[in-house]
Amino acid sequence: MEEPIKAPVPEQEEYVINMGPQHPSTHGVLRLVVSLKGEIVQNVQPHIGYIHRGIEKMCESITYPQIIHLTDRMDYLSAHINNEAVCLAVEKALGIEVSDRVKVIRTILSELTRIQSHQLFWATFGMDLGGLTCFFYGLRDREKVLDIFEETCGGRMIVSYNCPGGLMNDIHPNFQKRTKEFIKYFRDTLPEYDRLLTGNVIFQERLKNIGTVTREQAIAWGLTGPVGRASGLSCDVRKHNPYSAYDRVTFNEIIYNEGDSFHRYKVRMDEMWESMNIIEQLIDNIPSGAYAEKMKPVIKLPEGEYWQSVETARGELGVYIVSDGNKNPYRVKFRSPNFVHLAPLNLMSQGAKIADLVAINGSLDLIIPDIDR
Amino acid sequence: MEFSLYDFSSFTAWIDSSLRASMSPGWAVAVEMILIGIAILIFYALVGLFLVYAERKVCALMQNRLGPNRVGPGGVFQTIADLVKLLFVELVPIKNADRVLFNVAPFIVIIASFMAIGAIPFAKGLQAIDLNIGVFYLMAISSMGVIGVLLAGWASNNKYSLIGAMRSGAQIVSYELSVGLALVTMVVLAGTMQLSEIIEGQRWGWFIFKGHIPAVIAFVIYIIAGTAETNRGPFDLAEAESELTAGYHTEYSGIKFAFFFLAEYMNMFIVAAIAATVFFGGWMPFHVYGWDGFNAVMDFIPPFVWFIAKTFGIVFLMMWLKWTFPRLRIDQLLTLEWKYLLPINIFNLLLMAFLVLTGLHW
Repeated sequence: MEEPIKAPVPEQEEYVINMGPQHPSTHGVLRLVVSLKGEIVQNVQPHIGYIHRGIEKMCESITYPQIIHLTDRMDYLSAHINNEAVCLAVEKALGIEVSDRVKVIRTILSELTRIQSHQLFWATFGMDLGGLTCFFYGLRDREKVLDIFEETCGGRMIVSYNCPGGLMNDIHPNFQKRTKEFIKYFRDTLPEYDRLLTGNVIFQERLKNIGTVTREQAIAWGLTGPVGRASGLSCDVRKHNPYSAYDRVTFNEIIYNEGDSFHRYKVRMDEMWESMNIIEQLIDNIPSGAYAEKMKPVIKLPEGEYWQSVETARGELGVYIVSDGNKNPYRVKFRSPNFVHLAPLNLMSQGAKIADLVAINGSLDLIIPDIDR
Repeated sequence: MEFSLYDFSSFTAWIDSSLRASMSPGWAVAVEMILIGIAILIFYALVGLFLVYAERKVCALMQNRLGPNRVGPGGVFQTIADLVKLLFVELVPIKNADRVLFNVAPFIVIIASFMAIGAIPFAKGLQAIDLNIGVFYLMAISSMGVIGVLLAGWASNNKYSLIGAMRSGAQIVSYELSVGLALVTMVVLAGTMQLSEIIEGQRWGWFIFKGHIPAVIAFVIYIIAGTAETNRGPFDLAEAESELTAGYHTEYSGIKFAFFFLAEYMNMFIVAAIAATVFFGGWMPFHVYGWDGFNAVMDFIPPFVWFIAKTFGIVFLMMWLKWTFPRLRIDQLLTLEWKYLLPINIFNLLLMAFLVLTGLHW
């Protein structure tokens, strides 16, 4: 069944273990071929493709509104933000300006998506390090965000709420109330996360100076999102290239210079506070207007190449569409942050222990379906 | 014969005399051994089942969950249902595994914990054997389990298992020192290794109060090292789920897995029972010298209840640790032992010896 492990993993004197494709800490079907010397990691070779569905190829044979439903399945924790990226690209190509209402709602939902993604990161990261209680705390609070999604979007995780030109539906009447309730609740419970994990001596000792990435390396490897920002790289698309309603809110870009696993974690924890700030600025004054622009029944993009990047919970997601004027794209390419983040895993974890490899892998917060697509 | 909840020695003496009356002394001893074996076996099974259930409920409490609540009232029969399931699970034969060692390993682990139970005083007169080197015996027996763990890891022919077993070897051998020295500190205070005498010495104040600061330090070290020795809590490196899937028992299934599982819980019980005996007076009720009325009320509670309450209090503490802390890394684990716990422990031992010599202890 399993093909033998080939070069470049040297067989001599090294203890080669297969982490995955089914392993509790790879968060999906990622296979890491790890060469060990005792407990020390010599080489990590990621094998990807176990959940490859050919999303980019499938996009070539379907229409633009249909593509949105495929993007949900890439980074399923940032489903809404992925949808938004495609919609923004299509709208940019068609020259459609969506109403302020749509922009604000998209921004609020994007930030809620970011919060629930970071909550799940916190939950699973704690579990990777052996603190099993975190998992339940994180999921408990994530349920509340998912309930808001369910009410407004119909879906909980795979929301598919965006469509080119606006949103599928208007927001649910309870949306504002529920969101405000959640923010109020989560402002009280987020410090609980810090008390349980962040301040713990074992936790800090496990992560500090582990898997350090310098700013230069982050630029060279193309790291973005929380991983890049922990290394002091200012790379927040929301700041540098604002889309939707990000130009009308004030928020801080969380940047740390240490670049180790602990600060990758810290960036995410702080981002949850910033996300709540953004939502609070917008939730009370959602402008009135149409929830969707009037679109032609068949959307055809003019011939050309279109690029749109957004900031997902994991980093910069780029959508590159080449159109030949038909109702389906000639070529679609997604620049997914997870694929880029997986690449330096080997360099980051060489010389570390097995336990560190798990910690580094966890701190990158990889979503495997987004790597394989 | 008068049966007393407060002193089991009359009860055991009655069994002994009635057996000797009806058969030769040799046979009487043999029958007594079998009776004790059965009693310990039943006790072992009951405590094991209860601990697994308790762990689930405690962990549910820590994690905002309900825990098992379907099988029986409050889910009390959940563990029994699981046990029945484990009995029927196929024992998967492992390719290229060392059959003999693979099959022997779980028995070594469980026998080690089984033997330790025999020396623990559960109540006055309720102790299978009162060795004059009781503390020493318990330490020796409880360190036997590591052989089973190492064999399991080696014989499984699984890379994860081997890493788990090697970790476990390094860990248990290291922390054995701390457990030993912490207990030696208390032996210095007690002046004896016999468990019944250690308990008797705590009639007017448990050692944790009597021994001032050194006793408290010894207790803290003992709990840390004891948790590490049982492969639990923040020290569960040998079976680190997120790193090694299940460590040394990855390849075990069915009842053999259940043996490892049960032994882990029983080891926790034994560690807690030793802590209760040495630091908190075992079955000895809480007495204050001079408060006769208060002491009488305390004496009214049977010793067995005292012992169980103390033991499960410490078990709860260990569960609390497990469900709160993340896991240590192997080098941090060994650093903690060799650079911190061991020097503190040696200093603590000297301090205790000084206290005892100068008669400062109460």
